[in-house]
Amino acid sequence: MGRYILRRLISAIPVLLGITVIVFAIMSLIPGDPATAILGAYATPENVARINRDLGLDQPAIQRYFIWLGNMLTGEFGRSYSLNRPVLDEILDRFGATLILAGTAFVLCAVLGVLAGVISASRQYGWADKAITFAVIIGISIPSFFLGMLMILIFAVRLKWLPVSGMYAIYGGGGLGDLLTHLIMPAFALAVVATGVVAWLSRGAMLEVLRQDYIRTARAKGVPERRVLMGHALRAAMVSIIPVLGLQAGFVLSGAVYIETVFQWPGIGRMLVDAILKRDLLLVQGGVVFVAAIYVLFNIAVDVAQSMLDPRIKT
Amino acid sequence: MKLFLSLLFRNRLAGFGAVVLGIVVLAVLATPFLPLPDPNATDTAQKFLRPGTAGHLLGTDHLGRDLLSRLLWGTRLSLAVGVAAAVMAALGGSAVGLIAGYVGGRTDNIIMRGVDMLMAFPYILLALAIVAALGPGLLNALIAVAVVNIPFFARNIRGIVVGLAHREFVEAARLSGMSHIRIMLSEILPNVVPVIVIAMSTTVGWMILETAGLSFLGLGSQPPTADLGSMLGEARAALITAPHTALVPGAMIFLIVMSINLLGDGVRDALDPRLRSGALSRPMAAALVRRNGPVPEASDDLLALQDLHTEFHAGKRVLRAVSGVSLAVKPGECLGVIGESGSGKSVTALSVMGLVASPPGVITGGAARFKGQDMIGADFETLRRLRGDRIAYIFQDPLATLHPLYKVGRQMAEAIQVHHQIGNAEARARALDLFRQVRIPNPESRLDSYPHELSGGMRQRVGIAMALANDPDVIIADEPTTALDVTVQAQILSLLDDLRRERGLAIVFITHDFGVVAQLCDRVAVMYAGRIVEEGPTMAVLEAPAHPYTRRLIACVPELGGGRRELAAIPGLPPAVDALPPGCAFAPRCDKAQEACRAGDIALEGASPRRVRCIFPEEAIA
Repeated sequence: MGRYILRRLISAIPVLLGITVIVFAIMSLIPGDPATAILGAYATPENVARINRDLGLDQPAIQRYFIWLGNMLTGEFGRSYSLNRPVLDEILDRFGATLILAGTAFVLCAVLGVLAGVISASRQYGWADKAITFAVIIGISIPSFFLGMLMILIFAVRLKWLPVSGMYAIYGGGGLGDLLTHLIMPAFALAVVATGVVAWLSRGAMLEVLRQDYIRTARAKGVPERRVLMGHALRAAMVSIIPVLGLQAGFVLSGAVYIETVFQWPGIGRMLVDAILKRDLLLVQGGVVFVAAIYVLFNIAVDVAQSMLDPRIKT
Repeated sequence: MKLFLSLLFRNRLAGFGAVVLGIVVLAVLATPFLPLPDPNATDTAQKFLRPGTAGHLLGTDHLGRDLLSRLLWGTRLSLAVGVAAAVMAALGGSAVGLIAGYVGGRTDNIIMRGVDMLMAFPYILLALAIVAALGPGLLNALIAVAVVNIPFFARNIRGIVVGLAHREFVEAARLSGMSHIRIMLSEILPNVVPVIVIAMSTTVGWMILETAGLSFLGLGSQPPTADLGSMLGEARAALITAPHTALVPGAMIFLIVMSINLLGDGVRDALDPRLRSGALSRPMAAALVRRNGPVPEASDDLLALQDLHTEFHAGKRVLRAVSGVSLAVKPGECLGVIGESGSGKSVTALSVMGLVASPPGVITGGAARFKGQDMIGADFETLRRLRGDRIAYIFQDPLATLHPLYKVGRQMAEAIQVHHQIGNAEARARALDLFRQVRIPNPESRLDSYPHELSGGMRQRVGIAMALANDPDVIIADEPTTALDVTVQAQILSLLDDLRRERGLAIVFITHDFGVVAQLCDRVAVMYAGRIVEEGPTMAVLEAPAHPYTRRLIACVPELGGGRRELAAIPGLPPAVDALPPGCAFAPRCDKAQEACRAGDIALEGASPRRVRCIFPEEAIA
């Protein structure tokens, strides 16, 4: 297993390099002088000279890429001109908040989605199945940013159960309880679409597995039905559900950009949007590479989980 | 009927989607001609009017602009942008996929690596990077969303093109000297257009949502132009004081995306033949029982099937897989059930313990009694307690019938533990003991193997060991040796024979092979089209088959050292069990068939145990 993880990590290197190439290529699309574009309103002659020196902007593209790559590998993501602080510091500060939000939403979508899929499949065409199907249709069609606003209207404004937005109360905030009350709405709003997708695909995977001969064998052995469903069938269905969960992680990360904006959550998604609106391109560039790299690593973890679950995968 | 209702329910949803989408599209097309106020005319004195105000049906926004007008114009823009993005992504992605798939080799490799890289991003990051580089704006948001979706199209199209690139018609075009570009456009493209259209219809909803999302963030359409996303984004500031300004555009996005999803789903389902045939149903824990006739009286056999009827209901078709089968075994006895595939022998076996896949299977009559207790009407817990404990199954093809993700030792232990409260160590010891009994070499280490790590013969032994786990009274073996080669088959048969003698086990052995029956069974029943056509002691049937079908079936078995006897295949196929002819089902394939054979029901006649269902038997039976 250790060797398998190592092999997967090594195989991620070209993907990570590819990501940097793509981001670099996209950023090269910027029309006009890159130094001025990057600095935007902060394009004083000193700043232009400094950024040209730091990033080698006067050099050919290939050299510029390697300078940038080398800088990043040494932890030097450049400086955010709108915030006037190192890009990496800002990213690391923000990433924790995104991790809490997206992580919670991911766990919610995995647990609720799989559970709903199992219930739906085991009661196929029954009322529970129809109710879940209906909820799934609504869930995957509602824009998460609209859902977030609806939740604020209902639970914060009308019912006053939960705080409107933010991560901690501004006055006297802090602590786990405060965090949790602020987390509930954004986490659910973020999880809904992914939960719907996971539920739908889990249902299909379970229906597929329940038709297999080894399920009949389990029943012929006299295994209680609950155990047939939650043990034999779910275990086999997980083989096709786990890759779906890997994909959903990408959707949850993407959705976090909207949800962080709606709920004023101080995460990396909102940072990216603010950075784009302020034309702080180095911050955008660094943030995109950082999050994409995290996502690649997460997918390796998914592959490893998959190989632990399925002994037929050669490790 | 239930299935039919569900399909209708689905189709109704798809119809609902089509209607909603149709109304939206019509409204949007008519927008320029409707008597609406200018969507951008501001009047701050009239701001935040509630819906229902005279002159402003949906109220006004923070600048006093008419919401209905803005909604329709915004919807128009959102739909246009979403569709444009879908078309762009489809064109770009298809071009990439077409080239990669057609050219192949290194080009393909490099292109697809690039596509994989693009797919390694969470999609919005890529879109954000593109918007960051190009600058915020509706056109740039459209480009970003289209680019992000290119990999999806490229992958799908490439997959199909690879399959087409070496087909005869493409080779022929190449030989006739057509240029590559012409071949791609005139020979291959027409074949992938349907796939492109389907892929577009499944993604257009997403694209509308994504472009609206970028506008919501302020990265798409810029004021004063508004699409649904930017309307929602602007409404955020006044969410608490004037929620209707957010609800109106939000509900519209929801409606559009939902109707597209419903419509797409419905169309896909309608195109999927598996759904219509009911093949996507999951079998329930026990087969459905809907007995029409009276329940037969108990007998004193160990296991007795009495006038068993099992049907499969697929839509309006009713397949009578088993119609009126009666069989019985006593302790220590081995009964062979023989017939071609489709004769109903496996369904008969599975009906005993309610293991027929249901839906679509339904047990419609008769009884299956173990020690006099009817199991067909029994409640599930009673049935479950007997399953694997008193009556155990050995199935064909153990690769499919053993769980692929559990170690075989664990599957063995489970078989014991669901019926006996014993610890894991004890269950494992018992499993080891059973592995020795069925002569699995290195049993200790085999316990920790997964099914795919064992050979076919070993897997079948595991299946047998599992059936023996609780020392059952009856074993129902459904073609347990069919997948094995002859020497392994002989070993397995002698193993079963020994166990029968040692333990006094009753065996129902289902096969299509008379050679196997001769080796193992005391008695044999021959099945054809869901009925027993002949039964009797094995030697009697083998030496003097009375039914023409039995005689032909025996003639199919090659005899070692039997000289140059001709192997006679039976002409024709067994009849479909939803269209059985009246009278003898074998008559159409029988060379002795006469008028009377086709007239009406023919009874199973003779004195038990030797009986035959034929008016003109080959041999007179006493």
